Amino acid sequence: MTHDPGYNFAYLDESTKRMIRRAILKAVAIPGHQVPFGSREMPLPYGWGTGGIQVTASVLGPRDVLKVIDQGSDDTTNAVSIRAFFRRTAGVATTERTAEATIIQTRHRIPERRLTEGQILVYQVPIPEPLARLEPRIAETRRLHAMADYGLMHVKLYEDIAKHGHIATSYSYPVMVNERYLMSPSPIPAFDNPKMHMMPALQLFGAGREKRIYAVPPYTAVRSLDFEDHPFRPIRAPHRCELCGSGDTYLDEVLVDDKGGRIFVCSDTDHCQERQAMREAAE
Amino acid sequence: MSTPLMEARGLQLRFGRVAALDDVAIDIHPGEVVAIVGESGSGKTTLLRVLSGLMRPDAGAVTYRGQDVLAMPEAARRRLMRTEWGFVHQNPRDGLRLGVTAGGNIGERLMAVGARHYGNIRAEATEWLKRVEIDPARMDDIPGKFSGGMQQRLQIARVLVTRPRLVFMDEPTGGLDVSVQARLLDLIRALVADLGLAVLIVTHDIAAARLLAHRILVMRQGQVVEEGLTDRVLDDPQHAYTQLLVSSVLAA
Ligand SMILES: Nc1ncnc2c1ncn2[C@@H]1O[C@H](COP(=O)(O)OP(=O)(O)OP(=O)(O)O)[C@@H](O)[C@H]1O
Ligand SMILES: [Mg+2]
Ligand SMILES: [Zn+2]
Repeated sequence: MTHDPGYNFAYLDESTKRMIRRAILKAVAIPGHQVPFGSREMPLPYGWGTGGIQVTASVLGPRDVLKVIDQGSDDTTNAVSIRAFFRRTAGVATTERTAEATIIQTRHRIPERRLTEGQILVYQVPIPEPLARLEPRIAETRRLHAMADYGLMHVKLYEDIAKHGHIATSYSYPVMVNERYLMSPSPIPAFDNPKMHMMPALQLFGAGREKRIYAVPPYTAVRSLDFEDHPFRPIRAPHRCELCGSGDTYLDEVLVDDKGGRIFVCSDTDHCQERQAMREAAE
Repeated sequence: MSTPLMEARGLQLRFGRVAALDDVAIDIHPGEVVAIVGESGSGKTTLLRVLSGLMRPDAGAVTYRGQDVLAMPEAARRRLMRTEWGFVHQNPRDGLRLGVTAGGNIGERLMAVGARHYGNIRAEATEWLKRVEIDPARMDDIPGKFSGGMQQRLQIARVLVTRPRLVFMDEPTGGLDVSVQARLLDLIRALVADLGLAVLIVTHDIAAARLLAHRILVMRQGQVVEEGLTDRVLDDPQHAYTQLLVSSVLAA
């Protein structure tokens, strides 16, 4: 496949990509630390993952195989447009199979299949600062990171338990990276947090509007904050997938008729199809 | 006498033409309550801020348990601020998180120094609410709804929960009704004696200084014009300004 000659490879010009790669290298060297970068205008609106797209564009090579998911699914408008964007501007192969991809750009999920060495997971991040809602002054949040002064984050979790009897945070659940930096995992479900821990793949996070990049290198400790007597629990709906029968994947609730009928199915469509195929083969 | 917990010498700080601190020296010993009195604008708050490292002086030295406070990296100073030191603000709104429950306010310093057991944090918070005479049933309430006196008592609990050695208080009873002030002063006196705290307290109130302080420093225009044991300074003031200050209280 070849890319549209009207664009530089992967849309961004080479000096912009070099600038972003420098930010990525710095982010990899300081796991969990937010590195500012000169975010460019992209031909997609903010909220469409312009941060993730710039990171992907900067690490993409002509032989890469790209997968893009949104809420676990490859065929939402957002995922389809981003895939089409890179097919056109970079001419790269795309896939819906997690196992075949070398780069996976994601919004809101981590694939169920264990990622491997050599793969890169690129997260689209709306709000990179885990302390943003607790401490509105940006200079002060930077100071808190510099001092590893994270008592405030525990106050938030304490308040959750005091109000709801348990930690009610189910998305963007804060993590400690490499026992040093507090990090927002982006709005993935808390269920996915354990997958970040010691992941063999490289994890890169791009926030376009906020102009921040951060990273978790392969095999890095990622720990969800909690209390000794209220340990972290990766919550999922207590059901089996209607399509593949899985009892250990993250499920979406789907309405099936207008009488309020609903079923639970895997949010990771590729994983679900793989399991269905295995089931059929076994029968 | 014991070696001082905190020592400052030759402190100078100017704001434009105003000498907020003009060659100030002070010692604070373990377990000692020192009151700073003086008219508005005499440099009392500035002195607290400089001693606690919140503000840099133009000249002078501050040491805490032998460490040079001014040369300390910010991380080390902040660690002191949330462990061995405490700061009680005149306005409790400056010292509390108004959107966080009373229990969370007390628990914050515990969590900042590594407490990770919810039940234990609750137990400590319950204990401290009782000590500052707040009904533990209010633990999950937001302090924004508390009365001024209650907010101030909560601020004190929040600061004392990690058992600091040295507490800076800037007019802790200012802005409260007279009857509420008296109760708060009694509470502070009892806690300070119980915990053996060293306290540096700024006050306009000579009666409060007499009640709480072992020693008094009188400030005027950035200088310490008189200093000594509380009874000596108040009963036998040497400096004309102190005489004026004491007599104006007697006359009132
Ligand atoms: N940030 C500042 N900028 C300029 N001038 C200041 C600043 N802070 C204090 N000053 C001045 O320094 C002097 C000492 O102020 P300070 O607040 O220490 O007085 P104080 O004794 O605490 O007074 P009060 O009893 O009114 O609280 C005053 O003249 C004040 O106007
Ligand atoms: Mg003052
Ligand atoms: Zn399924």
